Amino acid sequence: MAEIEALRGRCTREDNNRCIPENGSAVKIHARNFSFFYGEHCALRNVSLEIKPKQLFTIMGPSGSGKTTFLRALNRLGDLIPNTRHEGSLKIDGTDVYDSRIDIPELRRNVGMVFALPVALPMSIFSNVAHGPQMQGVRHQKELEEIVEKALRDAILWDEVKNRLNDYASRLSGGQLQRLSIARVLALEPDIILLDEPTSGLDPISTLRIEELLWELVERYTIILVTHNPLQAARIDSKTAFFLMGELIETGSAYDIFTRPKDKRTEDYVSGKFG
Amino acid sequence: MRRGETLVQWSLAIVALSAIAVLALIIIFIFKEGSPIIARLGMVQFITGTKWSPTRGMFGILPMIVGSVWVTLGALLIGVPIGLATAIFLAEMAPSGTSQILKSAIQLLAGIPSVVFGFIGLVILVPLIRQWLGGPGFSVLAAGIVLGIMILPTIVSVCYDVLKAVPQAYREGMLALGATRWQTIKMVVLPAARPGIIAAVILGMGRAVGETMAVIMVAGNATRIPVSPLEPVRTLTSNIALEMGYAVGEHREALFATGIVLFIIIALLNTLARLVARVEKV
Repeated sequence: MAEIEALRGRCTREDNNRCIPENGSAVKIHARNFSFFYGEHCALRNVSLEIKPKQLFTIMGPSGSGKTTFLRALNRLGDLIPNTRHEGSLKIDGTDVYDSRIDIPELRRNVGMVFALPVALPMSIFSNVAHGPQMQGVRHQKELEEIVEKALRDAILWDEVKNRLNDYASRLSGGQLQRLSIARVLALEPDIILLDEPTSGLDPISTLRIEELLWELVERYTIILVTHNPLQAARIDSKTAFFLMGELIETGSAYDIFTRPKDKRTEDYVSGKFG
Repeated sequence: MRRGETLVQWSLAIVALSAIAVLALIIIFIFKEGSPIIARLGMVQFITGTKWSPTRGMFGILPMIVGSVWVTLGALLIGVPIGLATAIFLAEMAPSGTSQILKSAIQLLAGIPSVVFGFIGLVILVPLIRQWLGGPGFSVLAAGIVLGIMILPTIVSVCYDVLKAVPQAYREGMLALGATRWQTIKMVVLPAARPGIIAAVILGMGRAVGETMAVIMVAGNATRIPVSPLEPVRTLTSNIALEMGYAVGEHREALFATGIVLFIIIALLNTLARLVARVEKV
């Protein structure tokens, strides 16, 4: 027991991916030959990958590589677009997300998502965070306040907004708004957090803050980060997958992907020949 | 090039001004024709008088003011909930094919002449009301229902456009938090669309206040203040349309004065609604 604790204590940035997950070799997310179509257009082709619990997993690739499609399949937000279909299996904790018995709102609470453009729901800062738990049936003001404070602290936003919780959320800056989006997801205590190019609209300092934040959050959550920026993938330095034109080209540690890519296309991408 | 630019600018300005000029002329004309009698009787006397009897020289239009208010409220009570519900269904729930077909079907409603609405109300609605609810059938209720249906296309199409204009990011943000479709609509889409929905109500209200023909055919047109929705009623517009043909002298002036009151009411309603919409936006 003490050994495991010690091991966990050593889970630093560098060896996160070699960390032993709490329940041994469990797989959190498992895609097998997963394909996704918009009408006739195939946006994802035969993707197979595994993501472990409490892992920070980065998906990088240029626009149109299918990375966002993959994220949106995981929380079934892809359903919003008419005329789509999938093939293969995509499982979270062993259950296929396209199983007809699945409760979609429940799935989405469990698989939180942060979007490329920070969304301020048209309400106060407090309500933005409290809204999810409220929909879940949390009614006590005291309890809501605690949840909101904890989520905002975890998203490193509390100190900046604690005196203006009733302001309209749209008054926040872009970087603050993105951390608010993260707080909103955290308030629901999900299992998995999906981030779809969360820093694409932010300045370098805000970007760094969010990247740092991810490494704190991964101690409690499984996180998938999508980025079109190889530099960000290198900075994040986690297990990384490279997507191109709907295909998974290769996966590996960021170190391997950037220093000795197995595929020529990966090499071209990380060395900036295209993207 | 420069000269052409100026020319276009001036021509457009002249066209725009002439449209405004026509409006101004109408207003001036109505006020010129109608104000002498208001001056003679006094505005208060004119709008609070409960007797309208042109042959005896009694010109009180309170019954018509109350009538217009009742009928318009009735129309909104029926048209707004149904119209908004329809718009929500079309914009947020129906598959896009279904939505397109239903939307054009509803817009077809707007193309039906008002006299046809009045006719259907007269031969179907009025007897039904008389049979099942009592009274003469010609009533506030009949007029409210007919008008409620007539304002549907306006309410539905404006609300639809407003709902469609709500950023998709709001919906996705809510759905990603595990909200159901209805929670998303109730908590985010409708609040974001509220100013536009109020605008839709204003437009519908304008149509209801101004509609004349269909109302004349089903409202009964008695110059009494109705005390129940089953009693006959006369609106301000009906008052003008019904009597303009044979009115002379003071009577004719009184009808123009009715027009002045109508004009002021509509201007006030619009201003009020605009203020409400602005307060909501902040």
